Amino acid sequence: MAVKELRFHGRGGQGAVLAARMVASAAASDGRHVGSFPMYGFERRGMPVVAFTRFADEPIREKSQIYTPDCLLVVDPTLLALPGLFDGLKSGGVLILNLPHPLRERPSPNLERAGIVDATRIARDEIGRNIPNTCLVGALAATTGWFTLEAVLAGLAEYFDGELLERNRRAATRGYHEVEVQTWHS
Amino acid sequence: MEAQRTKPDPTPEQRRVITGNAAAAHAVRLCRPGVIATYPITPQSEVIETLENFHVNGTLDCEMIAVEGENSAQNIVCAAATAGERVFTATSSYGLVFMYDAMLQTAGYRAPVVMVNVNREPPGIHAVCSGQQDMIATRDSGWLQVIAETGQEIMDLVIMAYRLAEDDDIQLPIMVNYDGYYLSYLAEAISIPSQQAVDDFLAPLCAQPARPALRPGTGMGAGAHGLGTGFVELRRKHLLAMERAKDKFDEVDALFAADFGRTYGGQIECYRTDDAELVLVTSGSAVGTARTVIDAQRDAGIKVGLVKLRMFRPFPRQRLAAVLHGRQAIGVLDRSVAFGWDCGPIYQEIRALTPEIGIVPLLGYIDGLANMDIPKPHIETIVTDLAAAARGESRPPVSWLVAGA
Repeated sequence: MAVKELRFHGRGGQGAVLAARMVASAAASDGRHVGSFPMYGFERRGMPVVAFTRFADEPIREKSQIYTPDCLLVVDPTLLALPGLFDGLKSGGVLILNLPHPLRERPSPNLERAGIVDATRIARDEIGRNIPNTCLVGALAATTGWFTLEAVLAGLAEYFDGELLERNRRAATRGYHEVEVQTWHS
Repeated sequence: MEAQRTKPDPTPEQRRVITGNAAAAHAVRLCRPGVIATYPITPQSEVIETLENFHVNGTLDCEMIAVEGENSAQNIVCAAATAGERVFTATSSYGLVFMYDAMLQTAGYRAPVVMVNVNREPPGIHAVCSGQQDMIATRDSGWLQVIAETGQEIMDLVIMAYRLAEDDDIQLPIMVNYDGYYLSYLAEAISIPSQQAVDDFLAPLCAQPARPALRPGTGMGAGAHGLGTGFVELRRKHLLAMERAKDKFDEVDALFAADFGRTYGGQIECYRTDDAELVLVTSGSAVGTARTVIDAQRDAGIKVGLVKLRMFRPFPRQRLAAVLHGRQAIGVLDRSVAFGWDCGPIYQEIRALTPEIGIVPLLGYIDGLANMDIPKPHIETIVTDLAAAARGESRPPVSWLVAGA
């Protein structure tokens, strides 16, 4: 697999940074090389946060930010209004979005496939809090096929244990099965 | 406690997706320090938090001292090292300069303190942002200073740092630097060595003659007044130890490679320099991105190579002069500035090697200040400039690639 580049958008406290790392852990579970990092100044709850993840079969040497992502993962639906959200999205690009209903229009001409899931509701059901990140990582696996659900579930063990691990695994599994995929063609 | 510390840990080597900060903490745990004193600061805090977790869950057996500031942290580890303990502290930016007087003391005492410094812009223009200016602000402190490129290298460099600093022939404090944000928070799949492998690697330090230990009831001078010739003798010995640290670092790297199968080249790493007409010198996370550009330029037929600066103090004069001599043009990429020289510090120091290198176009670039990214196009610009300068076209000696200049 050629390098895949993902950009994550969320708000401080929603787990966007951790989502980016969980994707790296999932890809690493499949034996891939990975690199993931957030970019922010101060830690601030509620402020827009961006994070990046790369994975590939070859070692990842590049340490710069991601400007032309293959995929955007948006943890907070209000960020759809963020100027520049779709900047640099590659042609044939993918969007994973936390939203309770399908997109009414194609938000970017380069977007080909959107995986939409009500991750907030699933997170409240399964985890008991609005931490939608693990659900969206499951949705990403289903929408792209870049890694398996098993890899996601294995990777989650890096971040949780006990009851919390089980709850997050259920959220990821539901994201995998309940995601609705919308496609557009140019 | 001593017996416990030498008990082999059943933890085998494992590969995990962890941040650069966590890699540093794991390395420290594996090196079994007796005393850790630290104060939190972004983007270093995760190092301490991870160590505190190890300490609480029992995988790290040491004296863990929470202090009210970095100045105390440095004083404590200096004292503990002078008393014969293996020690660790970690800091960044404001914290680093807040311990500056204590750092000078640690170096003067020849206390082999191992310290992680997560590179961040220091005070002046307030910025919770990456940049190497904090390391540069302490370059004349008498410490060894080394720089990592990846999370794995952070892990390995911390382990090597103990072997170098505590070597009988060196006995100097060492600062392990890595870029804030771009490396401190970068999660990669990192190999965490087994406890046994690290114990074996550090075992020769225990076989050395015991270093003098200042403890209650013993008669030993440390940090005494050096008057006249006594002062000069200590200064001269300190400088000579710094010089010896260069070859010793190469040697430690080779020993590490033999034990762990990973080699980094010692003071510098030369990447595709063998037939290079153009050479770029840089350090830290920018090296990784530069490697991808060098490969692409090579594919396009440009004979360009890369030198990664791993050791900044002492400055690898001899090895740099040897690899840079005979090239057609040289570029140097800095992530900080040299006040009063209108250039970057690494550029400034390589310029001082002109008698050994010879007179060829030597171009300096300032980039990546205040968390600003160093993306591939910036490095492509440098290679294009170097090719033009090698053809005899005029280029400014120093350029700011970072936006806003």
